[in-house]
Amino acid sequence: MDFISILSIFVLACFVGYYVVWSVTPALHTPLMAVTNAISSVIVVGALIAAAAAGSPSAKWLGLLAVALASVNIFGGFAVTARMLAMYKKKDKPAPVPEKKA
Amino acid sequence: MSVLPADRVTDLSIAADAAHAVNPWVALAYLAAGVLFILALRGLSSPATSQRGNRFGMAGMLIAVVTTLVTNFPWIDPNNCPQPVTTDGATFTFDPCGTVYGPDWATGLEILAAIAIGGAVGWIIARRIAMTAMPQLVAAFHSLVGLAAVLVAVAAFLNPGAFGILGLDGNILAVSRVEMALGAAIGAITFSGSVIAFAKLNGNMSGAPILLPGRHVINLGTLVAILGATALYALSNDAGAGEGWLFWALLAAAFVIGFLLIIPIGGADMPVVVSMLNSYSGWAAAAMGFTLHNTAMIVTGALVGSSGAILSYIMCRAMNRSFISVIAGGFGADAAVAGEAREQRPYKTGSAADAAFMLEQAEKVIIIPGYGMAVAQAQHALREMTDVLEEKGVEVKFAIHPVAGRMPGHMNVLLAEAQVPYDKVFELEDINSEFAQADVAFIIGANDVVNPAAKTDKTSPIYGMPVFDVDKAKQVFFIKRSMGGVGYAGVDNDVFYMDQTMMLLADAKKMVEDIVKAFD
Repeated sequence: MDFISILSIFVLACFVGYYVVWSVTPALHTPLMAVTNAISSVIVVGALIAAAAAGSPSAKWLGLLAVALASVNIFGGFAVTARMLAMYKKKDKPAPVPEKKA
Repeated sequence: MSVLPADRVTDLSIAADAAHAVNPWVALAYLAAGVLFILALRGLSSPATSQRGNRFGMAGMLIAVVTTLVTNFPWIDPNNCPQPVTTDGATFTFDPCGTVYGPDWATGLEILAAIAIGGAVGWIIARRIAMTAMPQLVAAFHSLVGLAAVLVAVAAFLNPGAFGILGLDGNILAVSRVEMALGAAIGAITFSGSVIAFAKLNGNMSGAPILLPGRHVINLGTLVAILGATALYALSNDAGAGEGWLFWALLAAAFVIGFLLIIPIGGADMPVVVSMLNSYSGWAAAAMGFTLHNTAMIVTGALVGSSGAILSYIMCRAMNRSFISVIAGGFGADAAVAGEAREQRPYKTGSAADAAFMLEQAEKVIIIPGYGMAVAQAQHALREMTDVLEEKGVEVKFAIHPVAGRMPGHMNVLLAEAQVPYDKVFELEDINSEFAQADVAFIIGANDVVNPAAKTDKTSPIYGMPVFDVDKAKQVFFIKRSMGGVGYAGVDNDVFYMDQTMMLLADAKKMVEDIVKAFD
């Protein structure tokens, strides 16, 4: 892929992000931060490449350390998000409360 | 960086081309991961779909990790073995290769061990953390993403061949140098900034702003130096990694600026800081995604970057402060002065029994919780009070200000933890018109967000901030520990002295429990 294709993906993804994030209900802004935290650990891809590559022992060890750090975030981020989201419950008994706008 | 021997240069540039001549299936897998991440955020548009969204996110991460492991499994290749390292005449050889060609299971196991250790630590933390400590946790997690980004960038610098960023001349491509330098710098800023944010939120460090003389000049100078070093590094024509010292210098400067940027920002602005660092961690991932030509990383970086930026914007708007003024810092530094100038005015106090009596008589009660409620751990008692009132036929709603708590949406999580149904919790703009019909506005642990000075007093530091119109309610209960303290912004609040206000001066949890006991 050339630089322009990558840049195109990036710019379009920024727009997707803009609209998707505005549609997130404010009640879920803390889980939003936790889950964005977890997915930004996709940096683990770079860490895995560094850890797996032969050629530089120091790069390999830095890679392994980065894999461990990113894993803390991946497991911790998704787990804490799941824990928070599981707490959001509607009222048990059906109530005539109007559905909150999405 | 050492100059590579000519035969290795050819090898590595072929490797570089191979790494970037992407296998379509691999590219599709990363694209799928990116799409799943978008769906993960999309799921958060409603609590009903949010858990499914989170599972999409996990699936995306699994795909990204497995794809990377499969396509980049450590490989023993006698033709591509590390060169012996010579120091002071002694030769140390890192040589796992021998003459066998095949998968390097030892390294593979090391990688799995790293994932297992990190994963276990993360999972245990996630299970044990208290919901009140969520802002600190998020700040700590941001610092890890930042540090991981720095480590990956340094690894790419040390072993560019593995990342496929070497040009035919054996140098790191100029564009890759810019991406790598930016990724490292943003990662470093995220790391040191988040460490400071964590220390402030966790109480290891005072929340008060630390103002260095000439800090704007220092900060701007450092930023310009980082950008200048990035440009020089990209344009330098040394072999290998380019003028390596420039890379190290800009990395060091970035660590320092992250620290300097956050220390002047006061506790009240921490929600903006946490959101901003969230954004930075995304941009760092995106920059490394550019280096690796990896769609999943670029898409994620863009999503996370936008998310943090939007949350920062929402927080700033909710405080009526410009992003620049938050970044410039110092808010809350002169709070003490404003607090001392207060005159003594008469106010009414009441007991739990008084409050219980009037709450029972009410038809509609709106509860406004603030961070003080979380500090006092009063949310469970509050939910109990709500249950009793509802049994008595009182309509109870919760009103949440965007900046209530220490991070966006923090109060909603705390109420959800106390099992307050989310369809009873409303945002500022959705509920503010209802105060005129409310019999009771019940303020617990909040202060600045109900201060009418934000609407009327142009000299007030919180002027222009959207606030709840509690003065329109027939009766106001204000739970506060004592009359001494003032809100984060350090301004007096006219609500204390209104005719219909009754101050309930006690610990929030104790007071709510007493009110519940006083119901008959």
